Amino acid sequence: MSKVRVLAGTRKGAFILTSDGARKRWKVSGPHFAGWEIYHVKGSPVDPDRIYASQTSGWFGQIIQRSNNGGKTWNTPGSSQEELQSPDGMQKGESNKFVYDTSPETGKPLTTHQWYDGTQHPWEFKRVWHLEPSLHDPDHVYAGVEDAALFESKDGGKTWHEFAGLRGSDTGPKWQPGAGGMCLHTILLDPKNPNRISIAISAAGTFRTDDGGKTWKPINRGLHSQFLPDPTAEVGHCVHRIAFHPSRPNTLFMQKHWDVMRSDNAGESWQEVSGNLPTDFGFPIDVHAHEPETIYVVPIKSDSEHYPLKGRLRVYRSRGGGNEWEALTKGLPQRNCYVNVLRDAMSVDSLEPCGIYFGTTGGQVYASANSGDSWKAIVHDLPAVLSVEVQMLP
Amino acid sequence: MTRVVLPPHLRTLAHVDGELELKVETPVTQGSVLDALEAKYPMLRGTIRDHVTQLRRPMVRFFACGEDLSHESPDAPLPDAIAKGSEPFVIIGAIAGG
Repeated sequence: MSKVRVLAGTRKGAFILTSDGARKRWKVSGPHFAGWEIYHVKGSPVDPDRIYASQTSGWFGQIIQRSNNGGKTWNTPGSSQEELQSPDGMQKGESNKFVYDTSPETGKPLTTHQWYDGTQHPWEFKRVWHLEPSLHDPDHVYAGVEDAALFESKDGGKTWHEFAGLRGSDTGPKWQPGAGGMCLHTILLDPKNPNRISIAISAAGTFRTDDGGKTWKPINRGLHSQFLPDPTAEVGHCVHRIAFHPSRPNTLFMQKHWDVMRSDNAGESWQEVSGNLPTDFGFPIDVHAHEPETIYVVPIKSDSEHYPLKGRLRVYRSRGGGNEWEALTKGLPQRNCYVNVLRDAMSVDSLEPCGIYFGTTGGQVYASANSGDSWKAIVHDLPAVLSVEVQMLP
Repeated sequence: MTRVVLPPHLRTLAHVDGELELKVETPVTQGSVLDALEAKYPMLRGTIRDHVTQLRRPMVRFFACGEDLSHESPDAPLPDAIAKGSEPFVIIGAIAGG
């Protein structure tokens, strides 16, 4: 029977939760990197023992950690004894070096974006929000960072290089940070088209490349954001999360600052599918592993009150790709619950029936082994959960 | 040998316990101490000073001989007691928060 490994990033370390396929008894290991903020932990789909973690601190900056044995041990790539010297004798240790590309070769060196007061502000690297391992090579991994940019490493995280064409697109100077910072938080790798990547940035919107990352275009037509002077502007939308089912990469689902949206043409146009949701503000959105039209969101009261409506934690499920939603409540607290569920804190497994997982800012990781019909907390008292990813193990 | 004290999080990151002893090029300055530290522990690159600008990260401080040397030039010679190893060069994470 397959095993499940849940990777939880929290404000004070990473935790690894494992279970057999029954998903009833869980073993908890951690905290890994105790005391550090772990924005994201994700394993390679090619090699589940290869895991990348984004470890960050307001004091000491960004660290990339890598495990080659399923999280038992970790290292900062490129800093082991045998890797200390490069062929030319220079010390390496560049696994945490994220430097924006402003070289003339990229065509458009870009150094500023819009700041909160409307002035232009230098791009400043702060942290890695999201790590997306390649679908084909365990040494190839993408990183979405704040201030918003996309990097990749092809050597297992030892060195990082920016896709400068994203920031250098015509709209870059108009991007501006949301309250949580200007972060590139979602990276969708198209399993059917290796040259296509879709990403999302708060608060710039969604962008897509069809040429392997050289050029990018905004794909925000149909989004409507009241907080913008032009609510249908090309960029400036606060997209919280996008998701797709691997079998249908042209159908994208989006949880926006307000509004749940879908696109059936790879983001060329979007339609609202909030339907009967009690509030369409929220952060995560995810898709059932076996039913491409079954999607999940966690409605949050509002952008000024980041907690569930009426203190009742409810996941909402649509079995028709949006518009018609049902509340999933069994096993979830239905009174006095004022946690939030952050954008990267929901994931699914591929067992039958599909398992759904999400973490809260109150430190719970909830799991459903029956597609959301009922829930149980795997753990109750972790630090605030920033991210949840699920791996299937043989 | 120059003695260096790291904050706990960086000791964990570098897989070391207690004080470090480093052979530092003379003249012994903040810059040469950090060069020696990062050469031996490359995972610390970028955590104490910026990768590109080489400037001290804002919430990291350098203490030595009871003085805060954080705002001294990286190229200024450190006190003899640091160079000789009778006193440690202390790197700390600034106290911040509640």
